[in-house]
Amino acid sequence: MTSSVMGASGASTRAPVRSRFTPASLTPRLRPVIVPILGLALWEIAARTGLADPRFLPTLEAIAVRGVKEFSENGLTSDLAASLARDLLGFVAGASIGVALGLALGFSRLLERLLSPLLLAHRQIALFAWVPLISMWFGGGEAGKVVFIALAAFQPALTNTWQGVAGIPKIYRELSRVLTFSGWDFAVVIALPGALPGIFTGLHAALIYAWTATVGAELLLDIAPGIGGRMNEGQHLFHIDLLFLCVFLLGLLGVAFNLFAGALERRLMSWRHS
Amino acid sequence: MSSGQSTDVIENPGRPSGVPCRFWRGFGRVGGLAQGLVVPAALLIAWGLSANLGWLPEQILPPPSEVFGALRETMNDGTLLSSTLTSLRRVAEGFLAGAVLGLAFGFVTGASRLAESLVAPLFLTLSQVPTLGWIPILILFVGIDESLKVLIIGWAAFIPVALNTAQGVRDVPRAFLELGRVLSLSRWSTLRSIILPSAVPSIFSGLREGLANSWQTLVVVELIASFEGLGYLMAYGRQLFQLELVLAAMIVVGLIGLSINLLLSLIESHLQRWNPGRQS
Repeated sequence: MTSSVMGASGASTRAPVRSRFTPASLTPRLRPVIVPILGLALWEIAARTGLADPRFLPTLEAIAVRGVKEFSENGLTSDLAASLARDLLGFVAGASIGVALGLALGFSRLLERLLSPLLLAHRQIALFAWVPLISMWFGGGEAGKVVFIALAAFQPALTNTWQGVAGIPKIYRELSRVLTFSGWDFAVVIALPGALPGIFTGLHAALIYAWTATVGAELLLDIAPGIGGRMNEGQHLFHIDLLFLCVFLLGLLGVAFNLFAGALERRLMSWRHS
Repeated sequence: MSSGQSTDVIENPGRPSGVPCRFWRGFGRVGGLAQGLVVPAALLIAWGLSANLGWLPEQILPPPSEVFGALRETMNDGTLLSSTLTSLRRVAEGFLAGAVLGLAFGFVTGASRLAESLVAPLFLTLSQVPTLGWIPILILFVGIDESLKVLIIGWAAFIPVALNTAQGVRDVPRAFLELGRVLSLSRWSTLRSIILPSAVPSIFSGLREGLANSWQTLVVVELIASFEGLGYLMAYGRQLFQLELVLAAMIVVGLIGLSINLLLSLIESHLQRWNPGRQS
């Protein structure tokens, strides 16, 4: 969602160029990187000249060195793998239940009437308010973490699938009746393709929620191998370079997740436009 | 699986007709509300039964009476009220700060392509880090006082407000802007009478998402680092293995979530009335 938001061009009120050396005269290609580069340069200068306390603002070099060390010696790779495995497990469990239940709710008015108040009530409770309960029911170990991640993925998958099915034009439903489609044919020919955009939106959101929940579960529940565990370590030992490194990795992974989901969506949905 | 027989197929062709229709149809006459209460009521009864018959230990599921007892007790000794007020104040402060800055940022990046191309990529990259991923680093920077909560909650609100405001401003139909130029409106009146009305729906959905994010983030930050508030009440109940306290706090969190949503729907319908010719 985010990339398309900023990618769309309105081009309505462009600042007039007055002198030759305004930022506007930078080549458009250079513009996106100029602010980050300036920021990083200021950071480096502040860190090197002692303007900022190095305990709080380590040099970029120190962070890079830490990164190399963490990856080569301290097993950050396996921490990342542990987090991603947890994330994937919870995502698959939660999203598949969410999509299945969403389809069922979209097909069956009865089921919708029976369950929607409960699901609506469930949606009011902030996701992380479940953490204490889940940790008491499933423990703070692996099971509790995965259950929490699954819960996080469940809600958006459910809501969007449900809306996707509900949004199928009524005329299609009538058409399927005229053509005397069986329930199965209706599901395969009309309902699933019609609900697909909703399902993908839901899965994309579920992916992001699950990742947030992974980091949250690792910060809040028992310490275990994982990127959240390393962040806890960095906080308690005051290793700020480790924390910056982790935040950097979190951002990188977030971008990767979005690119991956976007590419998959385009690929799977391409038949719709062609 | 053929659906040609029952009468409600037009409404619901996807349902296999093997379902005993007469029973369910009679059931349907009771009305949607009654049906909606069936499952919650059944769950509540099952909960009460299992607690009273001792199927589940109290550490796993305390009886409903104890949860309501905990609610009453915390209400009487004032902890519930003060925790709720603390949490609400934090959300209000963080959300206000984040929303105001997000609106300003969104307007600037939405109106100026130059500003957008300079700062949007950095902002988008930063927004990819899960909000709570910033908490450990911020704790080292600002400690666990109120400023931590305002910063984190504010950032959670800032992201959607900025994104949606920018989009709303960017998507103002060009013809409207040209009209404004033809009428030689001042910058201020262009903003007030053309850009703002056209961007309101988008801005509002940004504010809505921002408030929801703020509320979510409040719970996280209170669970991680605080000594008061609803999240702390839950963390405290968990540490003492007082599940009834945890559940009571969850009920309050849910009720507040519900009121926030109801309030937003009210405002939204009001705004739509005010702006009937909106473009979506």
